[in-house]
Amino acid sequence: MRFHRTAAIVLRQFYLMRGSPARVLPLFAWVVIDIVLWGFITRYLNSVAAAEFDFVPVLLGAVLLWDFFTRVMHGVSMAFLEDVWSHNFLNLFASPLSIREYLSGLVLSSIATSSLGLLVMVLTASLFFGLSFLVYGLMLVPYLLVLFLFGIALGIFCSGVVLRFGPASEWLVWPVPALLSPFAAVFYPVSTLPAWMQQISKLLPPSYVFEGMRAIIEGRGHPGNALMWSAGLAVLYIVLASWFFSCIHRLAVRTGLLARYSAESVN
Amino acid sequence: MDGGFGYDQYENRRRDVTMNRESANILSVAGLRRTYGDRVAVDGISFEVNRNEIVGLLGPNGAGKTTTINMILGVLEPSSGSIRIEGEDVSTNRTQALERTNFAAVYAPLPGNLTVQQNLRVFGMMYGVKRLPERIESLLDRFDLGKLRHAKCGVLSSGEQTRAGLAKAMLNEPRLLLLDEPTASLDPAAARDIRAKIRDFASLEHVGVLWTTHNMGEVEGVCDRVLFLSHGKILLEGDPRTLPSGHGKESLEDLFIAVAREPLAIARD
Repeated sequence: MRFHRTAAIVLRQFYLMRGSPARVLPLFAWVVIDIVLWGFITRYLNSVAAAEFDFVPVLLGAVLLWDFFTRVMHGVSMAFLEDVWSHNFLNLFASPLSIREYLSGLVLSSIATSSLGLLVMVLTASLFFGLSFLVYGLMLVPYLLVLFLFGIALGIFCSGVVLRFGPASEWLVWPVPALLSPFAAVFYPVSTLPAWMQQISKLLPPSYVFEGMRAIIEGRGHPGNALMWSAGLAVLYIVLASWFFSCIHRLAVRTGLLARYSAESVN
Repeated sequence: MDGGFGYDQYENRRRDVTMNRESANILSVAGLRRTYGDRVAVDGISFEVNRNEIVGLLGPNGAGKTTTINMILGVLEPSSGSIRIEGEDVSTNRTQALERTNFAAVYAPLPGNLTVQQNLRVFGMMYGVKRLPERIESLLDRFDLGKLRHAKCGVLSSGEQTRAGLAKAMLNEPRLLLLDEPTASLDPAAARDIRAKIRDFASLEHVGVLWTTHNMGEVEGVCDRVLFLSHGKILLEGDPRTLPSGHGKESLEDLFIAVAREPLAIARD
């Protein structure tokens, strides 16, 4: 694995961002809208609910963490889709670039873009709605890490889906976070869900993060083994997603899909 | 466990690769075959491209030219056969083989949302080009792209896009250059200019070039040797200037048409 080839993918993404406000704006515009919307909702709930319960860290914190996960996942998918939209696969995959180098480039690009989104969200939530991250303590770091790892895994998996089913399948990718959110128990305890949904919830690393977040706010503390389990799951999903993408790439080389890949030839 | 056996294997392989690099042979294709279900796109072809040699790969539409190039570039898996670039097997040592290869094709333009210079920098890094800024400047100069360095590739004319694609193809000073109809969308003056630049590059840098085109005048002017492909098979091979008379044809174009219409008759010759 050569870093200069991975850096080439990151540089490409940087050039695209630098020259295009249309790409930069969505990095923080939607998350700011989300934070503002939920910020006012929590204010209203605080005004009508019991005085001892603060909705800000429970709801607004959850929105912030979930949006961070979504940004990470979209960061990987967007960097991949840039190659789909510019019909760049032949140039990329006929070069010495390996799949591992390519995926690493997508992940590094996503770190940069999602960090920007996170920074803007944190500033908006703390300055305008008084969200203090001190309530989560040091656990905030592993929470972000688990969400980041799972976002990467899902981004790689969705890129593999688009590589397999063609550019039109990008519309399957965008709603994936929304599809997972009921199972991830972002705004309510897992115990609220019916039994079959709880089983799926156990397989999703974010559900442990949001359960833990609520436990800390309620003063119960987060069980360390649950956090380790969620981190282990997230790492496992990255390995599986990378393996899936590699298999799809090999299939595309074997069947000729990669050589013919374009909006016109697929689907 | 016999550690000595492993070392001998390593030494033999290293010797094979070194010998291939030193020999005239840059590309070696053996028994290459590609099928799609029952349809045979490339049917067991074998050929070589040598250093300082421009080989024309000719044939009617659907003959298997682009399929062959895609297999050499590692983006399409052969059903059988082998491809070696300076001794490196494309299927097993893909990265090493492609580090010394590059290509330009009308169907693989540079990303239109990056400028010429940005594209050259990104692909230069991807190919691990040493002293990249100097190399980019030299290519911008060679292909008259200096004034267009900050233009997005998507807004360039066909001729300018072709020049930008060729600059990318020569970034890593490839030992093997694959060109799939590089002058297809150019006017005659621009095409002549591009041909001269490729010819210069091939002779100065000791490169082997595999070139597909439908322009027979171009083939006669540029190629040292041609391979006529029809229905996935190589029917004829030879010097483009003497091959037509050897098969009772007046020109390369007549021979091309005969190959396209009556491949079996030509094969019997």
